[in-house]
Amino acid sequence: MIRDSSWFSRFFDGFNYVLLTVFALLCLAPMVHIFAVSLSGRAPATAGFVSFWPIDFTLENYEEVMGSRTFSRSFIISVARVLSGTSLNMFLIILTAYPLSKTPRAFKGRAIFVWFFVFAMLFNGGLIPTFFVVRNLGLLNTLGSLILPNALPIFSMILMMNFFRSVPKELEESAFIDGASHWRVLWHIYIPLSLPAIATLTLLSAVNHWNAWFDALIYMTDVANYPMQTYLRTIVVELDLTNVGIDPRDLQRLSDRAIRGAQIIVATVPILVVYPFLQRYFISGIVLGAVKE
Amino acid sequence: MTLRQYLRRAWPLYAMIVPGIVFVLLFRYYPMYGIVIAFQDFSPAKGFLHSPWVGWENFEFLFSLPEFGRVFRNTLIIAVAKIVADQVGAIILALLLNEARLMLFRRTIQTMIYLPYFLSWIVLGGILLDILAPHGILNQAIASLGGERQLFLGSNNWFRGTVIVSGFWKNVGFSTIIYLAALTAINPVLHEASAIDGAGRFRRIWHITLPGIRPTMVLLAALSLGDVLEAGFEQILTLYSPAVYRTGDIIDTHVYRVGLVSAQHSLAGAVGLFKSFISFFLIALSYYLADRFAGYRIL
Repeated sequence: MIRDSSWFSRFFDGFNYVLLTVFALLCLAPMVHIFAVSLSGRAPATAGFVSFWPIDFTLENYEEVMGSRTFSRSFIISVARVLSGTSLNMFLIILTAYPLSKTPRAFKGRAIFVWFFVFAMLFNGGLIPTFFVVRNLGLLNTLGSLILPNALPIFSMILMMNFFRSVPKELEESAFIDGASHWRVLWHIYIPLSLPAIATLTLLSAVNHWNAWFDALIYMTDVANYPMQTYLRTIVVELDLTNVGIDPRDLQRLSDRAIRGAQIIVATVPILVVYPFLQRYFISGIVLGAVKE
Repeated sequence: MTLRQYLRRAWPLYAMIVPGIVFVLLFRYYPMYGIVIAFQDFSPAKGFLHSPWVGWENFEFLFSLPEFGRVFRNTLIIAVAKIVADQVGAIILALLLNEARLMLFRRTIQTMIYLPYFLSWIVLGGILLDILAPHGILNQAIASLGGERQLFLGSNNWFRGTVIVSGFWKNVGFSTIIYLAALTAINPVLHEASAIDGAGRFRRIWHITLPGIRPTMVLLAALSLGDVLEAGFEQILTLYSPAVYRTGDIIDTHVYRVGLVSAQHSLAGAVGLFKSFISFFLIALSYYLADRFAGYRIL
């Protein structure tokens, strides 16, 4: 590393550290504020006295949120969605990427299949026709409407395919000489060698499923079927606390603003739990996809 | 090699690709067939097959609507402003982070600025609705400094700005990742050599660091072309209200309201098709340019 100890360079260093710190704090400040509000009592929260530290500290807002049956049901639906949707995504990503990663000689017709998927990625039938397809298949109000329409995320599949192509060919050639089939080669060579890529795409898929809310808004006609984020929308965006299982009598004791804050924080916690992994794998993952040579 | 020999080895490849094809046919290609509703007077009861055909009538009606120009303009303005802000912000942030030599400091800052990217627009929208409310913390700060409270989400003067800044908040940290990766790929020998030749810190940034990430800038500029109609559907659907339709209603939110809320399926289908069509060419062009000028191929 080059040391540059001129007066101006040192000044720039100081300025740089301050600037980055301020920017990063600004990024987090809104979350910290909401967290402080969610831990505050009714009067200070409603009056807007809370800034970045709770006033009249209480956990009652969280008790209220966790105690709501609608809330716990939506939480369970979300967990079911993440588990089933992510498994299905990864199963189809790996299964489709493997043949497409072969040379046109080893997999005749590869070019046609690749274009079949790429065209489907680029051109979109649009919201309205997709809605009718899902409806005509009888999927409204089922978990299927949330996990089947995007069962194969094509861009992720292409990333997986590119990763598979970087696996040295000698490995599979010697396995084929020993009489292994493509199934065995995929299972015993490609998957173990691609674990970092698989981990990245699994996390991406899980976060997408956890965060998705619009599909449930249109495919679920009954609020009882909403996953967490869609349910949260009725509370924090439509500001509707009536049909979501919050007892109106409790609102005399607690601030609706603090309850909304608590809902937001609870919906964020699962992301925070996996955040260290997200950060680690996403950085390698985005490089895998974007600046590949 | 005979076909028989080929298939004995290769049949699992075809078996593996079948499930993916089935799902894509059903949920990607079948809805493409559904774009015929843009040329019909569609009613769900009659379906795609039996609704009466009306030719280009939906499109003629659409182009005559004053809303159409409005949503198209809003979409372009918001999307382009977001792309520019995000790219410029990401480059500056990456350069600043690259100049910060304390690794622990750098990691901490990165951890803080990537977080909003992983939260949904419902969570971020809920936070924004609270802090930007007339009595939210931001307006309180403004009022205590003697300023006037502003309707950041409810006024046409502010709405686009709020959308662009909050989009920046969510995405910019994450966008720096690619530039940071490109920065670490610059050969440190170049910096050392120019330092020996007497180049100061800013000359090295200008003559080595920036040219070093130029291919990445070109690549991302080309790829962003595919996003000029993506103003952020989930974000705007969360943040907007009828008061700001004039400046904040975009193609996607318009299709959603017209098609699914007011059930004018054919009209919404026409808008959707119009957008899909333009987007298709934009994305294809962006991939072509990325290949031509940055040697990037998705395949």
